[in-house]
Amino acid sequence: MTEEVNSPSPSRRSVIGWGGVGLALGAAAAGGTAVVLTRSTDEDAPETAASGGAAVPFHGPHQAGIATAVPDRLHFAAFDVTTKDRAELVQLLKDWTAAAARLTAGHAVGEGAYGGQPEAPPDDTGEALGLKPSRLTLTIGFGPSLFDGRFGLKDKRPAALVDLPKFPGDNLDAARSGGDLCVQACADDPQVAVHAIRNLARIGFGKVAVRWSQLGFGKTSSTTPDAQTPRNLFGFKDGTRNIAGTDDASLDKHVWASEKDGAAWMAGGSYLVARRIRMNIETWDRTSLQEQEDVFGRDKGEGAAVGKSKEHDEPLLKAMLPTSHVRLAHPDSNSGARMLRRGYSFTDGTDGLGRLDAGLFFLAYQRDARDAFIPVQRNLARSDALNEYIQHVGSAHFAVPPGVRDKDDWWGRALFS
Amino acid sequence: MRPLRLTVVTAAAAATVLAAMTGCTQKSKDMKGDGGSGAIQVVAKDDSCEVSKKEFPAGKIELAVENKGSKVTEVYVLFPDDRIVTERENIGPGTKADLTAEIKAGSYEIACKPGMKGDGIRQKITVTGGGAAAQRSPEKDTAVAAYRTYVREQAEQTLPKAQVFADAVKAGDLEAAKKAYAPSRIGWERTEPVAESFGDIDPMVDLREDGVEESGKPWTGWHRLEKALWQDKKIGDEEKKLADTLMKDLNTWVKKVGTAEITPSSMANGAKELLDEVATGKVTGEEERYSHTDLVDFKANVEGAEKAYTLLKPITSKTDPKLTESLDKQFAALNKLLDKHRPNTSSYEFTSYDKVSKADRKELSDGVNALAEPLSKLAAAVTK
Repeated sequence: MTEEVNSPSPSRRSVIGWGGVGLALGAAAAGGTAVVLTRSTDEDAPETAASGGAAVPFHGPHQAGIATAVPDRLHFAAFDVTTKDRAELVQLLKDWTAAAARLTAGHAVGEGAYGGQPEAPPDDTGEALGLKPSRLTLTIGFGPSLFDGRFGLKDKRPAALVDLPKFPGDNLDAARSGGDLCVQACADDPQVAVHAIRNLARIGFGKVAVRWSQLGFGKTSSTTPDAQTPRNLFGFKDGTRNIAGTDDASLDKHVWASEKDGAAWMAGGSYLVARRIRMNIETWDRTSLQEQEDVFGRDKGEGAAVGKSKEHDEPLLKAMLPTSHVRLAHPDSNSGARMLRRGYSFTDGTDGLGRLDAGLFFLAYQRDARDAFIPVQRNLARSDALNEYIQHVGSAHFAVPPGVRDKDDWWGRALFS
Repeated sequence: MRPLRLTVVTAAAAATVLAAMTGCTQKSKDMKGDGGSGAIQVVAKDDSCEVSKKEFPAGKIELAVENKGSKVTEVYVLFPDDRIVTERENIGPGTKADLTAEIKAGSYEIACKPGMKGDGIRQKITVTGGGAAAQRSPEKDTAVAAYRTYVREQAEQTLPKAQVFADAVKAGDLEAAKKAYAPSRIGWERTEPVAESFGDIDPMVDLREDGVEESGKPWTGWHRLEKALWQDKKIGDEEKKLADTLMKDLNTWVKKVGTAEITPSSMANGAKELLDEVATGKVTGEEERYSHTDLVDFKANVEGAEKAYTLLKPITSKTDPKLTESLDKQFAALNKLLDKHRPNTSSYEFTSYDKVSKADRKELSDGVNALAEPLSKLAAAVTK
């Protein structure tokens, strides 16, 4: 056990077995009181951890939530910074870091959800009591607007953190785009992810305000190629050739920013592009299997490329239609550009016209979007046959700083120091 | 108000004070008070309030009041924070009246109010013996007494404004009634948590249509008239009667307001609840869905919360200076935001809420969250 477990604040795990905690206990009881944090440094530890709902280490050279295994649930929030006071923003980032370290380890924030002064609202909102850490990762990013001069960061804006260009077919809603800050919460249990964002938002009131947020279910890409490739809401396997969390060479080449890239404070960080992509579910569902497969360039069952029999067989691009999605997005069609995708399906109910308001919340990490997302998306926006069935309705770009090294480090220290 | 009220704000918090006047089982050893006459003699004149005894043991006390002045008077026994232990109104010149109360040990005041106005002429009295009421710091008593005065003034100042509104309705003057509607609500909105503590009045005067129970009492109050004025655009006999009902109910409120249980923590919780009202009713535009005068209520809610906070500040600036700093900042920021929506900061004419853009509503909502979060910690800071 770590020292945090012995801290005065109740942890989610330490309350398992308590009488007064309520309904949440029923579910936890089977997993039992013997759950132990997995603090292994072994690369495949996260997969092992999945069954136990264990914790993903928060500290490290890179932020968790990028190359770590992708759990099935997402709550992503973008914030506007409302304070004009740089010191207040810095304090918030420190407070958030402390809370994130507790949350990802399965602890309640602050003084916990109960047992404090009865006249005061509890520090923690309590809905994650008795739940496992659930591989929760919290990943922060800084948007281009943070560098507009309010906080003296103009000179620190990385060249790579460009304002994304307008792509043909974009129908972006400003209220679902941009943001000074973002926090990506991924977890096995949606309640754990929502709890994390909710509590960070609460700590942030008066300093930041939620600009928009997105819930996601069902990962559409994984960083664990040995596991079954997940499917998107079109019913196709997605992320067959995604960068694996264990592929250090590819991560270094395509995902992690380097000091040599220009912004020293971003060394070990990455650039995140988030796109809310609405799918025209109903029209897609009326499309013949042949056309669906032609649009993607892979077959629906196995996910094999045109003319191939296995999902992981090397695709022959020329065998696919020139407008097929896989061909256009393939590194060979984009000067070798690759991204680490970890998007999620979403549905926000219906759209008032009796249709699912659903799609893909695309999240992709890369070393420099100018060499990755931007050229790939230009290619897709121009020619992709899939465009008939999708529309990009939200967009954001964030500089995701390197990991929090240890207890004295905090999110964004290198940027603000 | 909330469509369905779940809590009564102030009652629980005041339980300790309440104990001072009820549940006293100890029999008085001195039922007779002053020797053979039995009661404490109070002689009320236009400029004096004479009390025959200023110290007596705890238990049942009896006051024999004689009005020797030329004005109708009232006599009160008050707790140190000005809450009423017992009272007697409408004592005419040359008449007598008796008051009784069970009273625990502690300091109290007897007040005569010639002309039934103002704070009255006061006499300090001391009740001795066991079972003393919980002592509060003078600082807290000062805060509660000042807030009590504020609440009473708000109620009293509401009556003439509500009368203008009621008269316009009764005259069938649609435009005048619309104009008088929002101003008539300001005093109420500033002190709503106290008014809500009298469970029966709030649903009679401030119920929204969504709170009306199908089989319950008929819908009365401001919002019923709001709907008639803005939605139906007509005033019928029913509405004219309802204007009188509103005045009757508001008069009851004014009468009751002095008896409200108020403690430092109920003041703090009340301030937080006023911001809750803003967050759930005003920012959404639900409260004034026909008149769209939500920002007037919004401002009044914030003012009422700020008043309670300001009065508690001498306490919290010592117990939690960081919280005080944050609250000062956020109250100022929210007031500044609200000022964006009124052309003249000395008037209560705000932009109609249906004309406030989605982006501006979000900005207001963010401001409410920014203030309400630290405000939720005020009660803990005053009870530290």
